[in-house]
Amino acid sequence: MDIRHWKDLLARRFMFLLCLFVLSLLFCIVGGLYHKAGPVLAVSSWGMILFSSDWHPTQGRFGLAGFIAGTLWVTGLAIVVAVPLSLLTAIFLAEYCPARLRNVIKPVMDLLAGISPVVYGVWGVLVVVPLVRDHLMPFFSGRFPFFPFASENYTGFSALAGGLVLAVMVTPFMVSLMEEVMRGIPFGVRESSLALGATSWQTTRKVILKKAAPGIVAAVILGVSRAIGETMAVLMVAGCALQGFTKSIFDTAYPLPALIANTYGEMMSVPLYDAAILLAALVLLVITVVFNMAAWGILLHLERKEA
Amino acid sequence: MDKRKIEEYIFKVFMLAAVSIVLGSLIFILATILVKGLPALSWEMLTQTPRGGYYMGKGGGILNAILGSLLLGIGATILAAAIALPIVFYLNLYLRRRSRFALAVRFFLDALWGIPSVVYGAFGFTLMIFFGLRASLLAGMITVAFLILPIMARGMDEVLKMIPFELQEASLSLGATRLETAGKVIFRQAFPGILTAILMAFGRGMSDAAAVLFTAGFTDSLPYSLFKPVATLPLAVFFQLGTPFPEVQSRGYAAALILTAIVLSLSILARLITRGMNKHVIKQE
Repeated sequence: MDIRHWKDLLARRFMFLLCLFVLSLLFCIVGGLYHKAGPVLAVSSWGMILFSSDWHPTQGRFGLAGFIAGTLWVTGLAIVVAVPLSLLTAIFLAEYCPARLRNVIKPVMDLLAGISPVVYGVWGVLVVVPLVRDHLMPFFSGRFPFFPFASENYTGFSALAGGLVLAVMVTPFMVSLMEEVMRGIPFGVRESSLALGATSWQTTRKVILKKAAPGIVAAVILGVSRAIGETMAVLMVAGCALQGFTKSIFDTAYPLPALIANTYGEMMSVPLYDAAILLAALVLLVITVVFNMAAWGILLHLERKEA
Repeated sequence: MDKRKIEEYIFKVFMLAAVSIVLGSLIFILATILVKGLPALSWEMLTQTPRGGYYMGKGGGILNAILGSLLLGIGATILAAAIALPIVFYLNLYLRRRSRFALAVRFFLDALWGIPSVVYGAFGFTLMIFFGLRASLLAGMITVAFLILPIMARGMDEVLKMIPFELQEASLSLGATRLETAGKVIFRQAFPGILTAILMAFGRGMSDAAAVLFTAGFTDSLPYSLFKPVATLPLAVFFQLGTPFPEVQSRGYAAALILTAIVLSLSILARLITRGMNKHVIKQE
């Protein structure tokens, strides 16, 4: 065999090894975090960690439930705000918008989606937190003094502020996924519906949305998993105080990622603390990977059906 | 007017409102950063490192963070590209179209893509302990490389998928090996797209804070060694905003403005490259 084929063979082996590296990376991350979290799992059970809100690192008690609840609050609020907004925007871009306008809106949205999370956080501190403190909180908490509006927290740094900033962050991402799904539907489908006398909104609602439903669900799942993992922006606006469960949208929330990022300085000084933080990272990892695999599974299935 | 028309009209209003809210809030973010950051921006800010008492409002700039971010971003991008390029070429050139192995690799790339950056940070931290490293430029680079590897690989994969199969066939039928086809034909054809993917990943790597929090540390001095901590722009923003002094906070805004300007110009550059260089690419009829 001549040298050219040797080179080719060598490259092939090398590339194959790199692919194996990628395949093993996920297991390495899970394994590495699990191994390092071992000491905490040795002294308390999974049930204790996941369902107890008793977080006292100095006394060796590491209940993550309060943080998991904080994540759910912030993510839930973000999704409630972001899903209708992104769905309407995506429908507009895919079905109604003239091509020219679309060619302006899309790149602008893509550009802005690349802005650093920290910058979103800065904006949150400057705009969203005062908005919640001065307008939303007095309005809702005064008029509806019951769950989930009643609160004693007047700072504005709250689950709602975190949710709103997250909503702004995940919207461009969800819009571009949803729009792609809708535009993937063949044009003939629209034409046949319109030819039967349906208005364009009827076509959108009864034909396009029906066909795009699995893809839209996948986009929402990906948006949720993005929101769950987002760290810095939420850390900056959600208050992140240790005070048990969040009971109102105006209370402070302390989500898991914020906990991980916030304790980097102190965690080496308390025994088991670092193990508990890495365990929190593991929990976060498992949640997001499961969500992602489900979503990509749906999208892949759609792609195959079309092909 | 019948009911259907009214419904259509109502939803059109909703849609326009949604689009304006989405675009409006995004532009609002830019405007806020500009308004707050511009007054604090000065020549001193860009060319000096923090001096004693910087965090109390005394003089100095954030050159340490600007250089640190650029160095860390470039290093991580090179590392990630060195892994991502061979992988996507292997997936697209060496494997069959419906190969199960390719499907598995792509699926794992998707899964890795969804892992939050703070988890990569925690993983980088465990790696650091394992190898006995301290928070340093090197550790930060490796962690960020892991973070942007799936982003870059997916971007490149999309580009290579779009290249007409005939191009590959033509090259192979002339007796070229797959490696020669990859390097001399496909790479040239895909170059603008690959460069775009690299620039986008670079922007992502630079703008992320959670991954470098544990691994790169922070310092007031300029980066001078792979094994010493390094300052980064996102963390400079985060730390300066956390101080109670308005003067230091306003510098945080300036840092946020610089970071945004770098990231936006990178992504505009990427778009221009795609547009400008597509002229030299062979298109399918």
